[in-house]
Amino acid sequence: MRQGYQGVVVAAPVTVPYVRYSIRAAHWWLARALASLLQKSGLSKENVDGLSVSSFTLAPDTAIGLTQHLGLSPRWLDHVPFGGASGVVALRRAARAVQAGDADVVACLAGDTNHVDSFRLTLANFSQFARDAVYPYGAGGPNASFAFLTAYYMAQYGAKREDFGKLCVAQRANALKFDFSLFKKPLTLDEYMAARPIAEPLHLFDCVMPCAGADAFLVLSEEKAKALRIPSARLLGTIERHNAFASDPVQMRAGWALDREELYAQAGAGPADMDFVETYDDYPVISLMQLEDLGFCGRGEGPAFVRKHTFTHDGSFPLNTNGGQLSVGQAGASGGYLGMVEAIRQLTGEAGECKVPDAKLGLVSGFGMINFDRGLGSGAAILGC
Amino acid sequence: MLERPKRKNPVLRTRLPTLPPAARSRIALGLTAAAAMGRFELQQCRDCGTVQYPPREACQQCLSIKIIWKSQPDGGELLARTVLHHSNDLFFRERLPWRLGLVKLDCGPTVVAHLHDSVEKRVRVRAMLDRAGQAVLAALPDMGNATEVTVAEDRQLREFTCDPKFRKVLITDGKTALGQQLVHSMVKAKADLIWVGHSEPWKKFPGFSELKNIPQVTLLPLDLTDSKNVREVAAEIGAKVDIVVNNAEHHRAFGIGNRAGVETARAEMDINYFGLLRLAQELGPVMRARGADGQSSAVAWVNVLSIYALANFPPHGTFSASKAAAHSLAQCLRAEMRAAGVRVVNVFPGPMDDEWNQLLPPPKVTPPALASAIVKALQDGIEDVYPGDVAQEWLARWRDNPKALERELSA
Repeated sequence: MRQGYQGVVVAAPVTVPYVRYSIRAAHWWLARALASLLQKSGLSKENVDGLSVSSFTLAPDTAIGLTQHLGLSPRWLDHVPFGGASGVVALRRAARAVQAGDADVVACLAGDTNHVDSFRLTLANFSQFARDAVYPYGAGGPNASFAFLTAYYMAQYGAKREDFGKLCVAQRANALKFDFSLFKKPLTLDEYMAARPIAEPLHLFDCVMPCAGADAFLVLSEEKAKALRIPSARLLGTIERHNAFASDPVQMRAGWALDREELYAQAGAGPADMDFVETYDDYPVISLMQLEDLGFCGRGEGPAFVRKHTFTHDGSFPLNTNGGQLSVGQAGASGGYLGMVEAIRQLTGEAGECKVPDAKLGLVSGFGMINFDRGLGSGAAILGC
Repeated sequence: MLERPKRKNPVLRTRLPTLPPAARSRIALGLTAAAAMGRFELQQCRDCGTVQYPPREACQQCLSIKIIWKSQPDGGELLARTVLHHSNDLFFRERLPWRLGLVKLDCGPTVVAHLHDSVEKRVRVRAMLDRAGQAVLAALPDMGNATEVTVAEDRQLREFTCDPKFRKVLITDGKTALGQQLVHSMVKAKADLIWVGHSEPWKKFPGFSELKNIPQVTLLPLDLTDSKNVREVAAEIGAKVDIVVNNAEHHRAFGIGNRAGVETARAEMDINYFGLLRLAQELGPVMRARGADGQSSAVAWVNVLSIYALANFPPHGTFSASKAAAHSLAQCLRAEMRAAGVRVVNVFPGPMDDEWNQLLPPPKVTPPALASAIVKALQDGIEDVYPGDVAQEWLARWRDNPKALERELSA
């Protein structure tokens, strides 16, 4: 059995309000995130001795360059360019650093800018495999990759567009109560069904909207959080896995399916104990895959599960309680933090109108990097208050 | 079935050429090298036999670096398909909707491929050059062995071919047997209009009246050694030519010691090398401007070179040298035309069965065989063509060990 995370907490959930386009650089967004963390925790820059950074648009800089840019002198530094898996991965590493005493307070930051042409440039050079074997095929970006997975999932397990639509509509309902969501209008299932096709079977509301933004949180010891008098959530269990099931011809599962027993054993809780779940939701099919892999329903039972629940924050299975990326927006690597920050809000009483009643335990899942035909990274964390 | 394109409205702006994303890692160019010759090759590990894709620097199974590009069975199963209605790239944006498939190859890997319109479950995958000149995979319906799929009839995959159908072709020399066979093959391939050059218009060459009677054919005086004449021809027809087949050549036997003076060698260079240069200077720019001019855009430039361009054949030494020079220039032309998506097709035949190769032993490539190889290369979108048994054998020897071939040819 792996060592637990006793004594480590997460705190100070921060979102720098997203915008569709920004003329600022990623550094601006990360600076705003750090400033918000300090303001929220009452810490000074000198008290932050650990830094973890995730960003797609920080180039040519990495985390080390950012230390000089922001005038920090950390004794522990991490760069986690893992897209949607960044939040969970950053948290795991930071937690161990705090536990081992390598750092007292780690600021975990994710943020990206979005200029008018940023997204295309990110796609064209996303990875060697993408450049060699995906982008020259219609340059559809992740829409095309997830269209394949969605089409296959629908054919294999009988999912209907309405099932994905239900998730999107419920998340929009959640987003309407979240201050930072870019989508402010309600979405009906009819509107979802009538949307224009993007990469069949994906239509407009199946796809996240790229935007600029940043999210951040602190990882520190329980004592330190108490001394600072900031509310915090405990870290109960985590998993991380990359390039799992590499020989599956098409991705219908990822690392969660391999490691979930360990996750629940470490946390001393099971799927039924979770009060809410934050999945990585760049496309709704991926949420279903996570719900199956993490044991909330069986393989291929995603469609039936969707038909059974409401998914609103006050409903029968609170999912992506702030609207998720589908209704808040996808601010690059921040997409991998959005669920984590929301989970911390839920457990520290900061969720406002999106509040899940009596939430004590929540699961956050991350999924990242469509390197070629599938997402490589997967991870999950269980947090409790 | 491909529709005849509407007549062009000369008042409307001609769309400028765009290219699909062309960036590739160096290792991925192995796919391009094979596709240029019409082969479907993937990386295979010499140590453990694993076939892998996308291309990698090491074997994903055993980490060996002994990886070779090897022909693979092209069968596969379509796992999923999508139709793009949105693209981040200009080239595809202008061509939406665009079909794609996720294919599990029988030889192992899963690949993303451009999808032929009539694909069902079983597919055959082909590596083709796209308009940027880089290899892409295309999934075609598996029709068994019975029928060959006509790639050029598919709206999408036609973009990767240089099909002569409905296009206007210039053949630079109609006097030779090859030139006349090329005309017949182009007619068969449904070319709309064929200009045929002849360098001495005051003479009626054998086959002249047959050519004249073909309705698609227009004969025109064209002498590649005459800069003024080339310029005039380009001014007259340049803006309409979709495909150039430069088959004009001067060919004499002997190397260095068997003949005094440089006149013969100069005459060879004047057509084989400078002729290409003159024609390319006059026609190249205007064809580049028409690289995206509708369904029947300017699309290809074919150079009939010689397998002797790869390695000198001493009994035909000066001719070999002129073809080597032409080959080098053709590579330059290819680079310049690529920006417009106009493909330069280089043909490397072995000795042709004509009067200048009388003393060479068979097999020799016949003009009809060569002509149909050229048209097929255009239809399939291949850019390096080695037609005939001699060319294939030389190519194999050259790829295996160029130095050994040099010694063999001088034996």
